[in-house]
Amino acid sequence: MELIFDRSKPGKKGIRLPEKDVPVSGEIESKYKRKDLAELPQVSEPEVVRHFTNLSKKNYSIDSNFYPLGSCTMKYNPKITEKIAALDSFASLHPLAPQLIMGGMLTQGALEVIFNLESILSEITGMSAFTSQPMAGAHGELTGIMIIAAYHRNKGNNKKYVLVPDSGHGTNPASAAIAGYIVKSIKSNDKGVMDLEAFKKELNDEVAAVMLTCPNTLGVFNDEIKKITDLTHEAGGLVYYDGANLNAILGKARPGDLGFDVVHLNLHKTFATPHGGGGPGSGPVGVKEDLIPFLPISRVIKRKDGTFALDYDHPLSIGYISPFYGNFGVMLKAYAYILLLGKSGLIEASENAVLNANYIMARIKDFYEVPYKDCCLHEFVISALNQAKNGVRAIDIAKALIDENIHPPTVYFPLIIKEALMIEPTETESKETLDGFIEVMIKISKLAESNPEFFKEFPKTTPVGRLDEVKAAKDMDIAC
Amino acid sequence: MSYVPNCDQDKKEMLKTIGVKSIEDLFKCIPQELRPRSFDIPEGRSEFEVEKYFKKLAQKNPSNVITFVGGGFYDHYIPAVVDAIVAKPEFYTAYTPYQPEVSQGTLQAAYEYQSCITRLTGMEASNASLYDGGTALYEAAMMAIRITGRNKIIMDGGVSPIYRKMMYSYTSNLSIEFVEIPVTHGQSDRETIEKYLDDKTAAIILQNPNFFGVIDDHSDIVKTSHEKGVLVVQSVYPISLGVLKTPNEMNVDIVTGEGQSLGIPLSFGGPYLGFIATKKEFIRKMPGRIVGRTTDGNGRDGFVLTLQTREQHIRREKATSNICSNEALCALRAVVYMSIMGKDGFRKVAELCMDKTEYTKKRLEEIKGVEVKRSSPTFNEFAVKLPKDPNEVISRLIDKGIEAGFPLGRYYDDLKDYMLIAVTEKRTKQEIDIFIGSLEEVLWS
Repeated sequence: MELIFDRSKPGKKGIRLPEKDVPVSGEIESKYKRKDLAELPQVSEPEVVRHFTNLSKKNYSIDSNFYPLGSCTMKYNPKITEKIAALDSFASLHPLAPQLIMGGMLTQGALEVIFNLESILSEITGMSAFTSQPMAGAHGELTGIMIIAAYHRNKGNNKKYVLVPDSGHGTNPASAAIAGYIVKSIKSNDKGVMDLEAFKKELNDEVAAVMLTCPNTLGVFNDEIKKITDLTHEAGGLVYYDGANLNAILGKARPGDLGFDVVHLNLHKTFATPHGGGGPGSGPVGVKEDLIPFLPISRVIKRKDGTFALDYDHPLSIGYISPFYGNFGVMLKAYAYILLLGKSGLIEASENAVLNANYIMARIKDFYEVPYKDCCLHEFVISALNQAKNGVRAIDIAKALIDENIHPPTVYFPLIIKEALMIEPTETESKETLDGFIEVMIKISKLAESNPEFFKEFPKTTPVGRLDEVKAAKDMDIAC
Repeated sequence: MSYVPNCDQDKKEMLKTIGVKSIEDLFKCIPQELRPRSFDIPEGRSEFEVEKYFKKLAQKNPSNVITFVGGGFYDHYIPAVVDAIVAKPEFYTAYTPYQPEVSQGTLQAAYEYQSCITRLTGMEASNASLYDGGTALYEAAMMAIRITGRNKIIMDGGVSPIYRKMMYSYTSNLSIEFVEIPVTHGQSDRETIEKYLDDKTAAIILQNPNFFGVIDDHSDIVKTSHEKGVLVVQSVYPISLGVLKTPNEMNVDIVTGEGQSLGIPLSFGGPYLGFIATKKEFIRKMPGRIVGRTTDGNGRDGFVLTLQTREQHIRREKATSNICSNEALCALRAVVYMSIMGKDGFRKVAELCMDKTEYTKKRLEEIKGVEVKRSSPTFNEFAVKLPKDPNEVISRLIDKGIEAGFPLGRYYDDLKDYMLIAVTEKRTKQEIDIFIGSLEEVLWS
């Protein structure tokens, strides 16, 4: 392993900068200056390119590997959308331009993209209006809960609690807590969905909101969902939809119709924008009519003459949650994706995501325990409890998959299932890829029977083996 | 078009294996009465048509504008290498590096990014990225509140008004007391700050250079703050650190900033890059993903996400932050940018910015009625007083293809005659001269 700093040598130069072309100097007093220059690498351009290219080879990625990561929707990222986002007239646009008088003229195309995306997301989800400002899913959650808090404050409601099922994403309770609420966890029932009786017990007029994922992290669609949203409304609370799993139900159900008041989407999941090794994402938030006044500012509006403008005149708004209009570059890609697929394409995407998940489940259910198999939409969870009896845990199965060039499923989540492996194939994988994965999974289950001791060595084919995480946390070598 | 490889034959076989007749059977768990009331989306179009549509939209945003607008977001040159590296699918189509053995590329790049940020700021620790400079500042304030157990925050008036607005939005449901210190002479007002520092104060938030482009040495404020047990948060503009005194040299506790200037396109407001760096003693209170170096069973060096017990996927409602997705690919842009610029190049960019700014100031001072604020030194942005309404001046210059600056009256009632002008290394002498000529024309002919 070689760091970019290891390649550094005094006198080496990367890029050549233009010579100074003005006859003055901007020299400042030395008391304002740093003593020594920052020790950034001194390397040539070919070395920079080789270094980072070689690093890239140490990654699995969706272009080269199957990624059945539950709740992460690792689908193929179309190439044309990258090209569109890189168009100079979008990429070089200064965000303050439309805030200048007459500056709106310089940004009509960009404002139109935001306006149109927000409109089309409203129709897809059955909501009244969207803001595309949140910069990731968790950021959307926080924005959504802040909108809910502002709504209750405006009504003079005194609410303290947010209810979250125990199968929910970790970001749900974290977002609610950061917004100032006390979080109560509700247990799941034997069907894998939030237990209605346990829920009713915690539901009272101090509950600000209930946060749900539907289908949930087990891939199960709660057929009592309408009852839950109705009960919450009767108690004076609002219902929040975590859109991480929207890829399961495009054109089959809409959160708005199910009674949800606030929705966030992950454009980097359902709408195929790349994950970028952990970001950037984009987490637009949609709301019902009553909550529109609380959306963050600015909002993009269409004037009567067909032009687009920024609107700040919303006295009840929660204010600024982004410096500008959100992750515009990501929004462009998602909007292009939606236009490419259109109505039939979106439905086809969900149908095949669900077909692929069900196909895998049908073929591996005899080899792994599937705790909840009555309903499976775009993902399902298996438990390695049987294999664990031989000492082969979920993490061992994950590492064995790596040696077969497959990125492991999400492991140890949801927390309610022991030795969980959460499998979401998405619609962009072929039957051949699924068959290959299934065969590997069957082979692994057999190996867990015959030679459980083999697993501790996996993975063997990667640049490094299993890394010492305890040492990492103890040494805290996080920069050099 | 939906990028679905399954053909009809595949689907038929798969349905048979599953044991259902049609795909619709797989959705029977969604009751009929809950099906969409509407799904009015236009039908899909070909790649060619969609590309054409976006090119047409793009043309509505003229790209040949000469910009002098900054406000914390700058038109810097992006070397071709940066775009080439982030265009590698192995980077941009990879997932969060939760499986370290197959993510060493992403992880090592993040470690190198963290190292570059610490070298630039002089701090001991950086995380792997946050969303943007504004949310990073809010996270820093929350971090200071966690560390001190106090809940009053003092904000200097020189902190970006955009970030101050964000701070108030995020904390509106929490009981945090804020005090704002107006900026009177360009630099931070020591006397007033000192009046408000007390044992209830968790942190004072400063910015260098501040929103008016003014450079400061906050060392004395840090010293008085520490005497009261108050932490100091400083928001910085990374390019300026090619030359300016580092936060560490001022003994600042938490540093944040917007990393857009490090090789990330302006892209109408995002995606950008929030960075946060701190002292070693506060690492465990820092939000967001952190990459650490360790070894495998064979003693080989490798990288992992570390200190994950601070994070939401482990700690749920007790986490240090709710952040999950960050801006990893933007952080990759930043580390490639810092590598290709290098130690000397990075300083040169900063110096070019300052030289060209000084030239612009001198030329502006030649125009009758234009007053350049000279009371404090600036980096690459500065306030000018105009003899006419800045809004009118700016709108007339837009007609001439120039974004002249940002009207300060938008955020400061007492600065309605002022405009903020930013000059980066990309502005040539010729462009500056055109700007000056056009401005003079708009003002006086």
